[in-house]
Amino acid sequence: MSFWEYANPKKFMQTSGIFLPWFAGLAIVVFVVGLVWGFFFTPEAENFGTSVKIIFVHVPAAMIAINAWLMMLVTSLVWLVRRHHVSALAAKAAAPIGMTMTLIALFTGAIWGQPMWGTYWAWDPRLTSFLVLFLFYLGYIALWEAIDNPDTAADLTSVLCLVGSVFAVLSRYAVNFWNQGLHQGASLSMDKQEHVADAYSNPLYVCIAAFILLFIALVLMRTRTEIRARRLKALQARERAA
Amino acid sequence: MIAILIRDLRLGLRSGGGFGLGLAFFLIVVVLVPFGVGPQSALLAKIAPGILWVGALLACLLSLDRIFALDFEDGSLDLLATAPVPLEGVVAMKALAHWLTTGLPLTIAAPFLGVLLNMPDQGFGWLVLTLAIGTPALSFIGTFGAALTVGLKRGGLLLSLLVLPLYVPTLIFGAEALRRGAEGMAANTPLLMLAGITAGVVALLPFVAAATIRINLR
Amino acid sequence: MDMNVSNLACARGGIVILEGVSFTLSAGQILILRGPNGIGKTTMLRTLAGLQPAVEGDVSLSLDHLTYGAHADGLKSTLTVTENLNFWAKVYGVSDITPALSAFNLHDLKDRLAHNLSAGQKRRLGLARLLVTGRKIWALDEPTVSLDVASVQLFADAVHAHCAAGGAALIATHIDLGLKADVLDLGPFKAKPRDLGGFDEAFE
Repeated sequence: MSFWEYANPKKFMQTSGIFLPWFAGLAIVVFVVGLVWGFFFTPEAENFGTSVKIIFVHVPAAMIAINAWLMMLVTSLVWLVRRHHVSALAAKAAAPIGMTMTLIALFTGAIWGQPMWGTYWAWDPRLTSFLVLFLFYLGYIALWEAIDNPDTAADLTSVLCLVGSVFAVLSRYAVNFWNQGLHQGASLSMDKQEHVADAYSNPLYVCIAAFILLFIALVLMRTRTEIRARRLKALQARERAA
Repeated sequence: MIAILIRDLRLGLRSGGGFGLGLAFFLIVVVLVPFGVGPQSALLAKIAPGILWVGALLACLLSLDRIFALDFEDGSLDLLATAPVPLEGVVAMKALAHWLTTGLPLTIAAPFLGVLLNMPDQGFGWLVLTLAIGTPALSFIGTFGAALTVGLKRGGLLLSLLVLPLYVPTLIFGAEALRRGAEGMAANTPLLMLAGITAGVVALLPFVAAATIRINLR
Repeated sequence: MDMNVSNLACARGGIVILEGVSFTLSAGQILILRGPNGIGKTTMLRTLAGLQPAVEGDVSLSLDHLTYGAHADGLKSTLTVTENLNFWAKVYGVSDITPALSAFNLHDLKDRLAHNLSAGQKRRLGLARLLVTGRKIWALDEPTVSLDVASVQLFADAVHAHCAAGGAALIATHIDLGLKADVLDLGPFKAKPRDLGGFDEAFE
């Protein structure tokens, strides 16, 4: 029994149907635990106040935003090499989730940035990279929407995802380089993890787990929807042909 | 292969639009900026490198959708794909033709527009140099974008959406090299990065774009 | 030099529309493809031309021997007749375009911009392109659309001359071209509906 068996749509539907409720339920439970712990049972930071607690949403969302693109990269490669439809549809399903997570990371970052740095937005390398990542998500989703033939759309978006990944990494380096030249950006782009006190790190891990579970549940759900939509399309095509 | 280059150049020159339009657009962008930010020479001199690079990039974007769309509509692309020339070569020649009719004129015109923006004297050499090195990358990346959207109706807007994020590294290194050069700082690092991007893009993207076109013609 | 097609299946938009198509095209032969609209004549020609992959089946011929003539002529309206033809001649490594101009009676028009040609004249120019490819097998899709009677005759003569010189032609058309040709009706090869999307197993 090979792993690739789950690339069969029918097999995937059966298996994911069993797992989906568990992932969804677990995500809710872990979310409640993580957020309640994070918001109500951690000390307030002496100089940042309550606002620092947005970290429990901000950091996991940012992690998912990047990793969703990585997942799309892998599934796109699987589609191009092995032509498994479920893989292509999973990439399609993950894109809007990744885009939403990018938006959440940007917005919570802005809300947090105001009390901490005195500004909602700075052209800090990290913020800028996320904005560029958001643009990549936009383009990817728009390309999926624009093409009628599903196989062509899967091929072209996969190619875009591969080329886009290379350019996204390039952009990250370019942006780092670019801001260094302008002003000292280091104080803004401090690595949040390193500055987090121990009291925060444990609930943060729980929240990260919750976001990962949520991501898995949402991707499964959306992939199932895409598969159903494709079945419907196939049925309609068959009816027209008959 | 040369025949394809000559044909595309001839088409670009004859149809009038593509060739002059990009230059005119570049001029207009550069003229509009002082209206927007005010006429202080010091301020204009400071932002001139960025304005010139962004203007050149947008002017380049204008004519991208013509690279393949016209050939797709009149059936030439089908015939070129079945002709005894590698499609990768066709793509590379078309990108080169786009650069010769867009990037090169922009590079040549840029110093004159630099005068309008009160560029510092030592910046002019850097302006021509960075644009000469960077605009081929813009044409080749744009050709890939055009290949992605070739079969689509109203692909133009989508093309911009797809291509602009891909332009980010080129723009950053190009404008940064020019800015440093204009301010008399060492600009070797961004210039080398810019050259690296151009070299990589020119070498690799024609293969990706040709594969993309085959998918689109299918 | 024969082209053997065996058990070919072609798809359009992810749905198989033709299956089990087999025929042989030998030197000097003209084969007319017939069948109602939408049966898949264009799809099959595009598959043979290598523009789209065959779903199954074999074609025993290198693509280097075939040239494809589509609905669209692939003309550039801002180039003259000569420039258009010269371009394709160069692409195919042929130097002389005079025979092509003569065969389709284009000498008087040779310095006109393609933009200023009538629909029939454009079509003649598009067909003249076939003569500068130097390819043995012509795969043509509705070649005589918008041609008048005299031009259809020019076309028929060109095809006959081509076949007499050892070439062959595969022509999808609805009208009688006055050619000495064999006919292949695609009607019996219409595929039973099946989905190519890999979702067959979803319906079990």
